[in-house]
Amino acid sequence: MSTDNNHPGSPSAKHFDILVIGGGNAALCAAMTARESGMDVLVLESAPKEFRGGNSRHTRNLRYLHEKENKYLTGPYPENEFWDDLMRVTKGKTNEELARFIIRESNDIGTWMEKHGCRFQPAMRGTLHLARTNAFFLGGGKALMNAYYAFAQHLGIKIEYDSEVVDLDIQYGRFLSANVKQQGGIRKIHAKSVIVASGGFQANLAWLKEYWGDSADNFIVRGTPYDKGKVLKVLLDNGVKSVGDPKQCHAVAIDARAPKFDGGIVTRLDCVAFGIVVNNQATRFYDEGEDFWPKRYAIWGRLVADQPDQIAYSIIDSKSIDLFMPSVFPPVEADSIEEMAEKLDLDSNGLNETINKFNKACKPGSFDPGELDDCKALDIDPVKSHWARPLDTPPFYGYPLKPGITFTYLGVEVNKKAGIIMENNQVAKNMFAAGEIMSGNILGQGYMAGFGMTIGTVFGRTAGKEAARYVSKLPE
Amino acid sequence: MSANCLNEARRVMTICNSCRYCEGFCAVFPAMELRRTFTDQDLKYFANLCHNCRDCYYACQYAPPHTFDLNVPKSLAKLRLETYEESTWPAALSGLFRNNGRAVLLTTSFCVLALLLITAAFNGFSLPFETYTGEDNTFYQVLPYKAIVSSFMVIGLVVFFCLMKGFLKFWQATGESLKDFFNLRANITAVWDVLRLKYLDGGGYGCNYPDDKFSMIRRNFHHGVFYGFMLCFTSTAVAAFYDHFLSSPAPYPFFSLPVLLGTTGGISIVIGCGGLLFLKEKMDSAPADIQGLSMDVGFILLLFLTSFSGLLLLLLRATPFMGILLIIHVGIVAAFFILMPYGKFIHGFLRYAALVKNAREQLVNKTDKK
Repeated sequence: MSTDNNHPGSPSAKHFDILVIGGGNAALCAAMTARESGMDVLVLESAPKEFRGGNSRHTRNLRYLHEKENKYLTGPYPENEFWDDLMRVTKGKTNEELARFIIRESNDIGTWMEKHGCRFQPAMRGTLHLARTNAFFLGGGKALMNAYYAFAQHLGIKIEYDSEVVDLDIQYGRFLSANVKQQGGIRKIHAKSVIVASGGFQANLAWLKEYWGDSADNFIVRGTPYDKGKVLKVLLDNGVKSVGDPKQCHAVAIDARAPKFDGGIVTRLDCVAFGIVVNNQATRFYDEGEDFWPKRYAIWGRLVADQPDQIAYSIIDSKSIDLFMPSVFPPVEADSIEEMAEKLDLDSNGLNETINKFNKACKPGSFDPGELDDCKALDIDPVKSHWARPLDTPPFYGYPLKPGITFTYLGVEVNKKAGIIMENNQVAKNMFAAGEIMSGNILGQGYMAGFGMTIGTVFGRTAGKEAARYVSKLPE
Repeated sequence: MSANCLNEARRVMTICNSCRYCEGFCAVFPAMELRRTFTDQDLKYFANLCHNCRDCYYACQYAPPHTFDLNVPKSLAKLRLETYEESTWPAALSGLFRNNGRAVLLTTSFCVLALLLITAAFNGFSLPFETYTGEDNTFYQVLPYKAIVSSFMVIGLVVFFCLMKGFLKFWQATGESLKDFFNLRANITAVWDVLRLKYLDGGGYGCNYPDDKFSMIRRNFHHGVFYGFMLCFTSTAVAAFYDHFLSSPAPYPFFSLPVLLGTTGGISIVIGCGGLLFLKEKMDSAPADIQGLSMDVGFILLLFLTSFSGLLLLLLRATPFMGILLIIHVGIVAAFFILMPYGKFIHGFLRYAALVKNAREQLVNKTDKK
């Protein structure tokens, strides 16, 4: 492939003020903010137009600080509570300065989003448990992305699809140009500043294998297949300081029958808390009823990843089949445990034994899926803390589970101004980052719903503002 | 009813029901959420509850070229067309829904020509081209009063009967019994939904029509057609009253209630239909069922011509063109009536049935929750 040297006068020779790499929520928030400060902005989205928006296409809501209820949120969500929630999921593994910055900057951010085309919907059936803390996009994340893209175009931002950035020219902590693959060739693009919002590397199975070994072959990538971490790798190879444990990620247990990439929300399973989960040795391995599923689903991806062949099976009986949201693949149905074992290819005696032991351990209580109820199975290892009811009413239903990875936390270290930090701890002059690629600064581990979009929106805006400030101070 | 259409709608709704991101747009998704699996009856009901605003298509993370290949508006539109066919009475005429535009063209031409020939046979060809003075009964000099009234009475009754049979067939096809229809609260809710065109508002922002941008333009044009039609309907009723009870036969002066109502209604329909045709020409066809296009266009065009010929008649009624225009207008109106049960017109009836069912089940659902 040849490098286009951009002879003067050709359109590609244009020097942009700001180059935004990525095309999801963080990228667009950055681009819009920079453009509104008068910058000349180019957005390079590696996906084709139909799949633009990165993982934001699969999102549905955003968590933000608000002191009062509003049209879409049923009550206040103050800073302390937000902070406590973050501490709980990350178990303290966070950068407090950055985390508090995000929380504070998210204050009433819904208003800014609406001004930029976002439409929210009032709380409905599918949104109830988060109706106070999280605002839901009408139609979901793709609708939000459509609105942002339309607004960005209206602002005069230049957007190019099918444009994967494959290399960056970085000299002494300063970005000079980017090489982008377009229509089979490589084009060099110069800009005074760069904002990197190109996501994690979860769609790069070879890279995942470096940390997970062959288990990564059994991972399902829930979101965009375009997050290959190419720019992240280039940055790390060019002296940018990394942040985050490469094995940490947002990973949930999803239906094992999901497509390898891009299955999104419909492959999630909400039945775990109502039955038992066994691995392929027909053995239980974790407390299925530890807490409400929305508070626990994010740990189950890793739990399943640690099982042999990275597979597990959630088994419930007919008492529970209507208690959770339907999922896209029908359950495996059986009239007996033996039949279920055969259909799931599990050892029949082993499964029988596990279920008998579990059934015996279930103490009678008053079952209530809406509460942390008193149906417990404590004389068993592992225990089941809530919603423990004997599996005794056929037909039985089984769902195969695999780890579904949403996004990885290994990223680039940034400061409060979204400035990328180099290995020598110097802040890069003209390189900024936002979104998943820097989420590891805040998410040392764990996850809470709608927080990825908070990070992306706050840091996207910050990166846009700071990049514009940098460019506007440059001598003419 | 083809198994393909039902199976595809079932596949689509099963994926939608495990996503639910679109629940804020319209009534289809909340109705879907009341169920875990979908019977044929459910799907036929959804197909007619869908107002084809297309918001869900552009919002869909699984829309083509995604491997799930979800196209909710298109798959429901295909099924909807089949429910029209299935609800047709008499069933032998259900074939009219395919190539509906041709049926519209042929019926309209036939009506106009037949009327022309009949008047010619009775009065000779010269009569339609004579100048009328605007004195009493001029319309009836062209088309005899008794012939007009009696033929429209017959057409009206037959059409009404066919429409009701079709409506009932559909209502039962969604799994409901006749007595369940007579639920006052559900009907009030459904009427209110119709009057506002609630479900073309896409959660407050309108349709993604003709393209991926939200817009109220289609809803507004549809309002033009709907309320224009209602005004014309009222105009006809008032005129019948004048004629029958006040012994004051048409034509009426411009500043009379029937003419004012009819003119306003007619203009409203012309603008509405014109607008809808214009939008249809511009629309992104990805979420559309092209098979149904002929029916849509045929109906809008016929309604447009009904009003347009009526307005032209009003304008030129004191000229030598009055006779021929009257024949054309009455011919088109006759075709419009005859085709009511066999074209897009029945969407109003089936959608109303779906809205009543929806209002009823959502009322039950609310009561259950309390």
